[in-house]
Amino acid sequence: MAHSKTTDTRPLSPHLQVYRPLINMVMSILHRITGAALYFGTLLLAWWLVALAQGPEYFNFVNNIYGSWFGKLVLFGYTWALMHHLIGGIRHLIWDTGRGFDLKTVNLLSWMTIVGSLVSTVLIWLVAVLGLR
Amino acid sequence: MSTPLKPTPSPTHTEIRTPLGRVRGLGSAKEGADHFWKQRVTAVSTLLLVVPALIIAIGFVGADYATVKKTLQKPAVSILLLMLVLSGVFHMRLGMQVIIEDYVKGEGRKVFWLMANTFFAIAVGLTSIFAVLKISFGG
Repeated sequence: MAHSKTTDTRPLSPHLQVYRPLINMVMSILHRITGAALYFGTLLLAWWLVALAQGPEYFNFVNNIYGSWFGKLVLFGYTWALMHHLIGGIRHLIWDTGRGFDLKTVNLLSWMTIVGSLVSTVLIWLVAVLGLR
Repeated sequence: MSTPLKPTPSPTHTEIRTPLGRVRGLGSAKEGADHFWKQRVTAVSTLLLVVPALIIAIGFVGADYATVKKTLQKPAVSILLLMLVLSGVFHMRLGMQVIIEDYVKGEGRKVFWLMANTFFAIAVGLTSIFAVLKISFGG
């Protein structure tokens, strides 16, 4: 039934690429992408916790990897993904209450998500780096 | 002032669901708003837990093994991390489930990836929880 000739030859509805990108649409896609990134990013937290449980030698080994330029790059991306998904999540919770569905608010909340995620990520890293030295 | 919307009584709006089906309100997936609701509950809990965890993590920059371990051994920090891991893996499993349902075609493949999703979430979750408990109780 599900794969009869009729359904297989039926045209599919146009996907994302036929639409002009709008800010709320881009934020929606980024919410999913950052969510998926965070999904696999939990491996970083799990590995770090296991390393700490293992002992100083293995902990320093993992810490050196995280502290390398590539490790920092990944962690910076992880921070941004977390902040973006977090702020975007708050936006969704606001929408869940039935508020903020007029176009002006939708666009405002969407811009606040991208700007807020970038600013907070840079701030977190500034605090982290300045706190180091 | 907007007037409340009322369903127009016309042949196209005839209710085709049975009264029992309407009362149960679970729909064709037999789960109702269960997935939606759990996604929201774990969203709020993860949001509340990740903020203090992030602040603690920022404080670890440049810290040595002994300092980090000492902090994580504090009961409040251990419990915070345990709750964060639990809340996080629950939330991410629900989220990835939707992604799989959206993009994976074919019933067999879909079931395979949905299972893999659950296994991944539990494996990552329990590994992290085991590590936190070992750190906490390890002395």
